[in-house]
Amino acid sequence: MVRSPIVGTFYESPSPGSPPFVKPGDTIATGQVLCIVEAMKLMNEIESDVAGELVKRLVANGQPIEYGQELFAVRPRK
Amino acid sequence: MFKKILIANRGEIALRIICACKELGIRTVAIYSEADRNSLHVRFADEAICIGPPQLAQSYLNIPGVISAAEIANADAIHPGYGLLSENANFAEVCETSGLKFIGPSPDLIRLMGEKEKARAAMKRHGVPILPGSDGVIASEEEAAEWGRQVGYPVIIKASAGGGGRGMRIVRGEQELAALYRQAQQEAAAAFGNGDLYMEKYVEHPRHIEFQILGDEHGNVISLGERECSIQRRHQKLLEESPSLQVSAELRAQIGEVLGKTLSSVGYQNAGTIEFLMDQEKRLYFIEMNTRIQVEHPVTEMVTDVDLVKSQIMIAGGAKLKDVLQGPVVHRGHAIECRINAEHPEKFTPSAGKITAFHPPGGTGVRIDTAAYAEGVIPPYYDSLIAKLVVRGKDRNEACQRMSRALGMFIVEGIYTTIPLHRRILSDPDFLAGNFDTGFIERFLEKKKAEPAA
Repeated sequence: MVRSPIVGTFYESPSPGSPPFVKPGDTIATGQVLCIVEAMKLMNEIESDVAGELVKRLVANGQPIEYGQELFAVRPRK
Repeated sequence: MFKKILIANRGEIALRIICACKELGIRTVAIYSEADRNSLHVRFADEAICIGPPQLAQSYLNIPGVISAAEIANADAIHPGYGLLSENANFAEVCETSGLKFIGPSPDLIRLMGEKEKARAAMKRHGVPILPGSDGVIASEEEAAEWGRQVGYPVIIKASAGGGGRGMRIVRGEQELAALYRQAQQEAAAAFGNGDLYMEKYVEHPRHIEFQILGDEHGNVISLGERECSIQRRHQKLLEESPSLQVSAELRAQIGEVLGKTLSSVGYQNAGTIEFLMDQEKRLYFIEMNTRIQVEHPVTEMVTDVDLVKSQIMIAGGAKLKDVLQGPVVHRGHAIECRINAEHPEKFTPSAGKITAFHPPGGTGVRIDTAAYAEGVIPPYYDSLIAKLVVRGKDRNEACQRMSRALGMFIVEGIYTTIPLHRRILSDPDFLAGNFDTGFIERFLEKKKAEPAA
């Protein structure tokens, strides 16, 4: 489970209209940018702390999120 | 008037602010750390946002986290409570630039009163009595010695950026000055990042008396009278009352008037408290100003019937004092507050953990401000205040009897509390007679140690 380390607004892509960073089914690496959380007009890139298969996204684009909120479910793989 | 206020605090004061907002029909947003997930302030707010892990620096003191929470919740204003970010001028500024109303005075005034030596100078200029002392920050040991000769020993050296007893040294004679000056400077630099010092005459056996003020955003400032806060242990207040037995009606009126004029002159807005020391000749001397609502504000509320937190919110919304107060402030009766801490009543060691039974007292003239509850957990990360027991009586005698009665009916099990200590204070003959100064608790605890075990 990838959780948000900050409070802010969730964005799935680097800018409005561009494709999302990741989608379900993708293989992701540790340190890969999964999304952006905007706080106080600053765009913070959120990196994955696990490697594996992205199973599910748990929040909607533009949704306000709190500290510790569940963002993505990842099935870990070595 | 605001539609939504974010409360940048926790515990009993967060709940207190929520109460005021509810009564004003304003929506509330609580912020909480992971350790406070099951807190009452989270339960009773309309919305709640988790902003970090238990540690203060990463949660309640994390300015970007707090502001971000206010943004995603669309809050109009932030109430900072007491402690935490309430006297952080930088935070007040960030609120302003983020389009959020900070419920308190301006950042400049927070800054002015935060530099103790500058606050002293500002008060002196307006005729508020201050202790004889240095004219500003002391530049060197030689200058300190000069001031010492002028002011007359004993003197106290204090940190300009300080508080809480750190960076302070009492000097009783010129021969010890140099060493103590250096110690104070080092301590101040380490604790506050600023080694600036100033000097004041040291008052023996002082009483601590503070005045509550309210200022609107139209230049009107009024004093709501004093609180007597001499019952302290290591500069932490344990018990407060109003009125003070030492303050005559004339003194109250005189100080009230000079404070009203002074604070209006400097443009002070919202709530604030001016702290004084009183010497054995009943003269008051300004020591510092706190630019926020204080822990012991209920004491003033009980004797004046003014809701200070609601007043803060209304003032921040632009209301004039006369509409907030709706008539002259009348003092009636006598109020006492006991701060109940989650600490061992004799060792004062902190006692975190689960409360297994919680029955607060009730009845005529009794008020409890608390965020504790049965089956609730007191986390170890924050200060130990768990409840404020406040009583009002028609005079001091009745207030003391009522407080004794209420303390005896306050049941808290599962953790240690200082309730037994307060019960002993309320039966102490010197306390009951009004014979006390800021040294009372030390002497009281010494007396207790000397007593043979029951």
